[in-house]
Amino acid sequence: MKLECKHVWEHISEYIDNTVNARLREEIERHLEHCEICSAILDSTRNILVLTADDRTFELPIGYSERLHARLAKELEEADNEPQKK
Amino acid sequence: MEKKDATEAGLIARILAGEKELFHELIRPYERMVYLTLLGILKNEADAEDAAQEAVISSYRYLSSFRGHAKFSTWLTTIAINEGRKRLRKAKTAAEESIEEQVEGQEGDFTPAPLTDWREVPLEALERKELREALRAAVAELPDIYRHVFILRDLEELNIEETSQAMGISVGVVKVRLHRARIMLQKRLVPYLKTTAPARRGFFGRAL
Repeated sequence: MKLECKHVWEHISEYIDNTVNARLREEIERHLEHCEICSAILDSTRNILVLTADDRTFELPIGYSERLHARLAKELEEADNEPQKK
Repeated sequence: MEKKDATEAGLIARILAGEKELFHELIRPYERMVYLTLLGILKNEADAEDAAQEAVISSYRYLSSFRGHAKFSTWLTTIAINEGRKRLRKAKTAAEESIEEQVEGQEGDFTPAPLTDWREVPLEALERKELREALRAAVAELPDIYRHVFILRDLEELNIEETSQAMGISVGVVKVRLHRARIMLQKRLVPYLKTTAPARRGFFGRAL
């Protein structure tokens, strides 16, 4: 069976996550070898995911960590704030 | 058990036995994750930070109820999601209904946008600040149900099962929402990927 582009697009996310079955993976790969459009869509989607996971894209507010640990230190100091016993 | 999980289990046992200060150490690798989960739900930096502090304090108070069936990161994410949902309910915003009740319909176009010539996309394009800004904006604009799944899976890099556990939705639903979120982002960002010229190979070195 020869895959159409549309069929490849439906599986892009699972293909990236490597959760398609071996046979489908092989068919997709065969399609990608000769289809520049699908290759470009796959690469661009992957690039977006790489960029998403890059720490510089979603940054924490300045001082977030310091404020969090200061608040936590206060909580820990109060003697009766032991973790609850079950 | 992975090494990291074993170290964590050891830390948790010591904290519960009275070495409270170690909680700082336990939480440090996850403080970014907690904040970003809440930013995804509350969409406001100040609210997200405030809620992140609450979620971390809650996780300390309820630490003894962590059983180790799930990973600590998944358990903590669930606490963060609950804190976010609680705040949305309190705020009685329009988002309140959307968070539980939106379901994926068939409407909407979930086909990716073709790039006419991917060779036009240089590696430098990915380093551009505008692209990061566009990505942040595009993620913020995703419908809630898609954004929440996307953030857990692709920003915090939980796996599909962990995302399913943390959100309380099935693996199948996670996959559908994730696929749609990724395709919507691809479509939205293609114009930014196409704008610069020199020919280069793809970012992943795929021969073009």
